[in-house]
Amino acid sequence: MDLDKFKVHGEPLIYGAMVSIALATIGIIVGLTYFKKWRYLWREWLTTVDHKKIGVMYILAALLMLFRGGVDAMMMRLQTAAPEMKFLDAQHYNEVFTTHGLIMILFMAMPFIIGLMNVIIPLQIGARDVAFPRLNAVSFWLFFFGAMLLNISFVIGGSPDAGWSAYFPLASIEFSPTVGNNYYSLALQISGIGTLITGVNFIVTILKMRAPGMTLMKMPMFTWSVLITNIIIVFAFPVLTVALALMMFDRLFGSQFFTMANGGMDMLWANLFWVWGHPEVYIVILPAFGIYSEIIATFSKKNLYGYTSMVFSMLIISLLSFLVWAHHFYTMGQGAMVNSFFSITTMAIAVPTGVKIFNWLFTLRKGRISFTTPMLYTLAFIPIFTIGGVTGVMLAMASADYQYHNTMFLVAHFHYVLIPGAVFAVIAGFYYWFPKVFGFRLNERLGKHSFWWIVISFNVTFFPLFFLGLMGMTRRMYTYSEETGFGPLNMLSFVGAVGLAIGFVLLVYNIYWSTRYMPRDETNDPWDGRTLEWATHSPMPVYNFAIVPKVKTRDALWSAKHENIPLYDDKTITKIHMPSNTGKPFILGVIFFFLGFFLVFSMWIPAIVSGIGVIIMLAFMSFDQDSGYYISVDEVKATEKKLMRGETV
Amino acid sequence: MKIDASKPLEYSTEENSNKIFGFWVFLGAEIPLFATLFTVYFVMVNRYASGPSGSELFEIGPVLMETFLLLTSSFTIGLAVHAMRHGYKKAMMVFMAITLLMGLAFVGIEIDEFFTYVHEGATLQTSGFLSSLFVLLGTHGLHVSFGLLWGIGIMIQLWKRGITPATANKTFIFSLFWHFLDVVWIFIFSFVYLKGLM
Repeated sequence: MDLDKFKVHGEPLIYGAMVSIALATIGIIVGLTYFKKWRYLWREWLTTVDHKKIGVMYILAALLMLFRGGVDAMMMRLQTAAPEMKFLDAQHYNEVFTTHGLIMILFMAMPFIIGLMNVIIPLQIGARDVAFPRLNAVSFWLFFFGAMLLNISFVIGGSPDAGWSAYFPLASIEFSPTVGNNYYSLALQISGIGTLITGVNFIVTILKMRAPGMTLMKMPMFTWSVLITNIIIVFAFPVLTVALALMMFDRLFGSQFFTMANGGMDMLWANLFWVWGHPEVYIVILPAFGIYSEIIATFSKKNLYGYTSMVFSMLIISLLSFLVWAHHFYTMGQGAMVNSFFSITTMAIAVPTGVKIFNWLFTLRKGRISFTTPMLYTLAFIPIFTIGGVTGVMLAMASADYQYHNTMFLVAHFHYVLIPGAVFAVIAGFYYWFPKVFGFRLNERLGKHSFWWIVISFNVTFFPLFFLGLMGMTRRMYTYSEETGFGPLNMLSFVGAVGLAIGFVLLVYNIYWSTRYMPRDETNDPWDGRTLEWATHSPMPVYNFAIVPKVKTRDALWSAKHENIPLYDDKTITKIHMPSNTGKPFILGVIFFFLGFFLVFSMWIPAIVSGIGVIIMLAFMSFDQDSGYYISVDEVKATEKKLMRGETV
Repeated sequence: MKIDASKPLEYSTEENSNKIFGFWVFLGAEIPLFATLFTVYFVMVNRYASGPSGSELFEIGPVLMETFLLLTSSFTIGLAVHAMRHGYKKAMMVFMAITLLMGLAFVGIEIDEFFTYVHEGATLQTSGFLSSLFVLLGTHGLHVSFGLLWGIGIMIQLWKRGITPATANKTFIFSLFWHFLDVVWIFIFSFVYLKGLM
C-alpha cells in the first residue's frame, strides 16, 4: 500500500478544509459526550425507521450539501471574477466545478426532494408509514454514506476532476490518474443504489397504501408528481448503475469499454451517462412542479386548474425525458438525422411544460392570493423558469446549438431551469411544510428578506452569463485574459453570488431564530390547507393518523372544512401496528462506506472483507424476525388527548 | 398481523402482498439494467481489436449444459412453490435443494468457462468485446451466485421456522428472482452464444 496516494498536496485551501473537518468532527464528538446525547442520537435518529425522521435527516444532509456546493460555487465565481485571477490553479478549479455539479444535483437537489417526499407522501395519502420502513432507512444511509465518501475526496486522495458528466477519455485512468474519478464511480454507485430502493419503496407506497377512497385521480398533485418521478428513477437509475460499474472496471481493472484503443468507445459513456442524466433532470424538476401546484392551490384558495391535464403533461414529460438524451452532444458528430430527431423530441417537452405554466396561471386567476414566503417563491418561479425554458428551446435547435454549445449560455440556461425549478421549490416546500413537522412556522419577515436576497441575486449572478456565452466565453475555463472583455460581467456575476450566499445564510438564521422564538401553532393547519397532511396534528404522532380518513373528493380536507363532506365515517380507534427501530441499516451504510473507500484506493483485501461484511449484514437483516409492535387503543387515546392540549409527545 | 385465509400464504398479509408487488417493481428495474448491458454488448460485439472474436471463443457444449441446468432449475423452483402451497415442507426443501445444486453447477461451469477463456488469452483487458462479454455474463453469474446464498438463507429459515406467511413470502419472491435469471439467460444464450457461434 502506498500512503502517498492519500495525500493532497500544496493548497492552503485544502489544508484549511482538513483542519475545519477535523475541528468539526472533534466538536461534534465532544458536544455529544458533554450533553450526554449519544443514546438519544442512536435511539431517536440513527436507528429510526420513521418516515418523518428519515425525511428530516435527508433535508438536513441536503442543507449541509447546499453549503458545500455553494462554497464551491463561490470559489468558481471568485476565480473568474477578474481576468488572470490567481486564486485557484487549473487542477483545483477542475475539481471544484466537478464536485459543485455532482453535489448540487445528486447530493443536494435530489435528497432534498426525497426528504420532502419522505415526510409528506405518507401523510398526504393517509398512510401510517411507507411500504417498507426499514428499506427506507437503508436508502437513507446508503445515500448519506455515498455523499460522505464523495466529500472526503477533497482531503484524501483528490476530488474527481473531469466534470460532473465525466466524459471519456478525459475521465480514464490515462488522462485523470488521481483517485478522483474512482471516488466518482463508487460514491455515486452507493448513493444511487439507495435512490433506486427509494424508487421501489415509494411506487409501492403510493400505489398500495392510499387511504380508502383515494383513487389515482383523487391523489394530491405532489403525490402524483412523486409517483411519476419514482417511475423515472426505477427506469433510469439502473442505466447509471451500469455506466458507473463500467467506469469502475475501466479505471480499476483495465477493461476496455471507453478507451481510445483496443475496441473501446468513448462515446458509449456519453450515451449511457445522458440516458440516465436527462431523466435525472426531470427527477428533480417534476416533484418541484408538484410542490408548486400544492402551494398555488392553497394560497389562491382555489382548486388546481386543469388537474387532469397536469397529470397527463407530467406523464408525457416523463416519457419524452427518455427520448432526448443526445441533445447533450449535438456537436460530437452524430449526423443530421440523429440531431434532428433529438432536436424535435427536445422541443416537444416545451409543450406539456407550457400547459403546466398556463394551468398555474389560471389557478391564480380570481384567486384570493396571500403572499406568504412559499407563495413568493412560487410566483418568482414562473417567469424565471420561463426564461430558462425559452433559452432551452434555443439550445434545442441543433444547428443553433453549434454556436452555444459548451459556453456560459448553457450554464446560464440550466441554472435558470434548475434553481427556480428545483431549489426555489424545495425552499418553498420547506417553508410550507415546516409547521407540519415541527409545529411552528418559520418567521415570515426573515423569510421574505431571504427570498428577496435570493431571487434578485440569482438574476444578478446568472443573467450576465447568457451574454458571456454569446460573447464566446466557454464554460469550465479557469481564467481568461483581459482583452476578451469578459471581466466586468464576470465581476457582476460574482457580486450576485455573494448576494445569494447572504440569502441562504439568512434562511439558516431563520430556522435558528424561529426555533427559539416563534409561537407554537395550535391549529395544526396554519395555511388553511387542502390535503390530508393538514388533517393530523403538528407535529404528528409516530402513527400519523389515529383514525385513517376516508377520501371522497380531490381536496379531501378542504371538502371536509368547507363543504361538509366528513373525513371519517367511523371514529373508533383501533390498535396500530408499527415497525420497530433497527440499527442494521446504519451499520450497513458504514460498511458500504468502507467498501467504497477501499475500492477507491484498490486495497483489495480490506475491500473483500467489507464485501463479505455487506453480505453478512444482508443475511442478518433477512433472519431478523422482529415484526414490529402494537400501540394499544388506550395509548393512542392518551397520545391524542395530549396532542389536543398542545403538548408534544 | 391480519392474515387473510382466502389467499395463498405468501399473499396472506398486507405486508406480504406489498413485498411481492415491490419485488415486481424491482424486477422492473432489473430489466433496464440488463437491457443496458446487452446494448453495451451489441455495441462492442465487433470491436475485438487484436483479441479473439465470439466464434473463435465459444463452445456449444458447456453452454448447452448451462442452459439445461438453469432451465430445469427454474422448473424445480416452480415445483418447490407448488409443494409449499400444499404445505409439504419436506418436498419443498428437496426441490429447493435441487434448484440450488443446479444453480451451483451452472456457476461452476461458468467459472470453468471463464478460466478457459483467460487461459486462451481472452481477458477482460484484451478488447472492448471481451470486456462487455465478461461484464454481461459476470453480472448474470453474480446474480445466480447471490441467489445461491439467498436460497440457502431461506432454506435455513424454512427448516427452523417451517412454512409461515413470512417464509412462504420469501420463497415466492426468491422464485420470481430465479425465473427472471432464467429469462435473462435465454437472451444471453440466443444473442450472445448462438449468434456469436454463427
